[in-house]
Amino acid sequence: MTASQQRIAPGRMMPPLQESSWVRWSLTAFSCSFLILFLFVPLVVVFTEALRKGFGAYWAGITDPTAWSAIKLTVLVVGISVPLNLVFGLAASWAIAKFEFWGKSLLITLIDLPFAVSPVVSGLIFVLLFGIHGWFGKWLDAWGLQVIFAVPGVVLATVFVTFPFVAREVIPLMQEQGTEQEQAALTLGANGWQTFWYVTLPNVRWAVLYGVILCNARAMGEFGAVSVVSGHIRGKTNTIPLHVEILYNEYNFVAAFAVASLLALLALVTLVAKTLVERRIHYSTSLEPTTVES
Amino acid sequence: MSIEVRNISKSFGNFTALRDVSLQVHDGELLALLGPSGSGKTTLLRIISGLEVPNPNPSSDILFHGQSVVDRPVRHREVGFVFQHYALFRHMSVADNIGFGLRMRPRATRPSKSEIRDRVGKLLKLIQLEGFGDRFPSQLSGGQRQRVALARALAVEPKVLLLDEPFGALDAKVRQGLRTWLRRLHDEIHLTSVLVTHDQEEALEVADRVVVMNQSRIEQIGTPDEVFHHPKTPFVMEFLGQVNVFHGRVTKGKIELDDPFTTEQHEPHNNSNPQAIYARPHELDIQRELTNGEGIAAKVRRLHLAGPIARVILEAENGGHVQVHLSLERFYELALQPGVAAYVVPKSGRVFEGASKTILG
Amino acid sequence: MVWRLKKHSVLPGFGLTLGFTVFYLSLIVLLPLTALCLKSTSMGWPQFWETVSHPRVWASCRLTFETAATAALINAVGGFIVAWCLVRYDFPLKRIFDAMVDLPFALPTAVSGISLTTIYASSGWIGQWLARWDIKLVYSRWGIIIAMTFIGLPFVVRTLQPALEDLEKENEEAAACLGANRWQTFRFVIWPTIIPALLTGFAMAFARGLGEYGSIVFISGNMPMKTEIASLLIITKLEQHDLAGATAIAVILLVSSFVVLLCINLLQWWSSERVRGVA
Repeated sequence: MTASQQRIAPGRMMPPLQESSWVRWSLTAFSCSFLILFLFVPLVVVFTEALRKGFGAYWAGITDPTAWSAIKLTVLVVGISVPLNLVFGLAASWAIAKFEFWGKSLLITLIDLPFAVSPVVSGLIFVLLFGIHGWFGKWLDAWGLQVIFAVPGVVLATVFVTFPFVAREVIPLMQEQGTEQEQAALTLGANGWQTFWYVTLPNVRWAVLYGVILCNARAMGEFGAVSVVSGHIRGKTNTIPLHVEILYNEYNFVAAFAVASLLALLALVTLVAKTLVERRIHYSTSLEPTTVES
Repeated sequence: MSIEVRNISKSFGNFTALRDVSLQVHDGELLALLGPSGSGKTTLLRIISGLEVPNPNPSSDILFHGQSVVDRPVRHREVGFVFQHYALFRHMSVADNIGFGLRMRPRATRPSKSEIRDRVGKLLKLIQLEGFGDRFPSQLSGGQRQRVALARALAVEPKVLLLDEPFGALDAKVRQGLRTWLRRLHDEIHLTSVLVTHDQEEALEVADRVVVMNQSRIEQIGTPDEVFHHPKTPFVMEFLGQVNVFHGRVTKGKIELDDPFTTEQHEPHNNSNPQAIYARPHELDIQRELTNGEGIAAKVRRLHLAGPIARVILEAENGGHVQVHLSLERFYELALQPGVAAYVVPKSGRVFEGASKTILG
Repeated sequence: MVWRLKKHSVLPGFGLTLGFTVFYLSLIVLLPLTALCLKSTSMGWPQFWETVSHPRVWASCRLTFETAATAALINAVGGFIVAWCLVRYDFPLKRIFDAMVDLPFALPTAVSGISLTTIYASSGWIGQWLARWDIKLVYSRWGIIIAMTFIGLPFVVRTLQPALEDLEKENEEAAACLGANRWQTFRFVIWPTIIPALLTGFAMAFARGLGEYGSIVFISGNMPMKTEIASLLIITKLEQHDLAGATAIAVILLVSSFVVLLCINLLQWWSSERVRGVA
């Protein structure tokens, strides 16, 4: 009997390119448990631990003056580093996507570089530059300026680790869109700035927003790099994540998780925003003409 | 091996792709499924192959050589399927692609490595790609890839060969060459084959019989000259070539045209209702003066003379356009120029029962 | 022929944007990294070697590499199955699960660190169950692996998803027509096509694990020679004002992530070369 004479029971016709339901269900069950165990549980625990001793203790943890100063510092750091990297991202995408020049791929590689540097090393390099034994250490000291173990160091380290986020989201999209629309705008009499503002930017706005969302999340949550340069001075150079660490190491778990819950909320908002923006990007690129079906 | 399709329907959600379709494919014939996109031809082919499952219905069945295969999964149906975009395995060499089906067999029926190599060699020769075995699909042209896809399908010695728009992704010249080659190949191996195409020229040239499909149904089945010269429905007539439509009536086997000026308001000559009369461009003649019988007054608008026939486009007085194909001799005899007034005279035409009114041209 | 740095273009703003890009890049990225390189070269080989070959440094590097590799392996297997299910199957709450995959990107590492520690501690949600079987994950290398797995998961899933979505259905149909069963289709048609993406995801998760700090310090226990990872040792050395030692370890981390990055680029080049020209 050859294989061709085998028959499956009539009426049990399966779509031909589907695994058996047994395989499907066990794989799905595995995936869901894997995701719940590794992702969902850690997120939930943050909130349950924060509210373990009731809402009063939670509120006390958040409204503590040192917590407040950590929040203010984080907002300041984000307020500096995100706009800087946004401007850089737009400038870099314009230069890279709209022009052909020598060394372009090297430039793209260099922009991605901070992703390859581990957070602690990202902090260390600024210590090597501006620390008391660093390159500019003596000079800064002579002028009475302090970078390391002070706010400027925290800002610099954050700018470094969030450096590529906007650029790497916008460059590929701008490259894809080519230069035809800009050339059309120029022939219609627009100047360079108008062309960028009215033609280029609207085409990539969702990607820009996407990059800003990611950049913002990383800037608020950066721990390793900031931890190296901040010096952990309470009420002065502590960002929210560093404050969480201190509280946790002091066994003040409820307060630690209460402050952490702010960051977890931020993560949730980031995820929702990211999903929505991804859908917009998908939608706007799917409007592009695709191959014609015959 | 003959194929019989009985009462097959298929819907995808709200969309009905096939409505109660029945069809017979004779042993050793090459049958073309012809129709516009969305007519259900590809779905029918995929149901025959087992890649798609028809709507459950006790009276529907698919038989290969009288034996029901409707419950048999694709991989046991022994069909060779050729895809429009080749679907070659890009990480395998040409030889590995062709030998894939043989290597997938259960150990008991799997040929030895040397047998597989021999079979692959023979097939490479058959598709005129000897020496290409070690190349990768990305190193081949479109036409070569499609030949490899065909060889891959033939390697497992299928009982039937199913081709889904096999030349659809190729440019016109390669297409023409492959078409002739496919017909010759079929004459050599006589494998029952079903070819899906939306190109009427391809269907008429290659197939033994043509199935014209429209809106999930079969419109007509017949040999190429049957469907071309004796279309059963206006759709078949229009799909298989250019058509002019006139209003008029056929009385006692003679065509009587309505005055083109008054198609809408005109009181009919007699009791029979005006009908749509279909005539292909070569079934019309042009006369400078109306000698006898019916004709439509028109002005010559454009002339296409590049080709074996003269194509003349005229504008009737009601604004409709008529296309007429004349032999070059007849054309020069008439001495037509753009702007010249003439009469279009039907030599023959066709009327379909229940045909809807269609505008002139 | 005149050799030009830039092809002619009618669009304005090249000088301004490229100038700013290069200036800002040099200031923020290149200058600090150069400082690191110069510092390490100024040490000279003997001193570098002396630092690196110290048992404590050696142990921490080994630990970091081993745990990162284990975590990347777990992610390669688990992440592959997750990506497969997300792309191919429908199940309730699928979109939420899909969005959740990015959580490790969005959740600050310090938060995930204290959260994971709490869960797996002997009084935690999962830890107390494991404690009954005398399994202790926190403050051991398994704790480090858990944190690295958490951090690396999205890299594998998000690299595999597009690769799985891009698979051509026709290829699988062709295999089925040629008599291959589902397993054969997977093994010989699907697997070879997605292996580059899987390796890329693995490498990215590995690289991320090598450098991870925030989520690990809480769960690892930081015992020298046992659960002290390389990043932590850098900080310890810094606190002891041993800049040279910190730099030496940093160089090792940096060089290894560059090597991984290079491997990823080679992988991508290889896979695009393999399928070049096929539409």
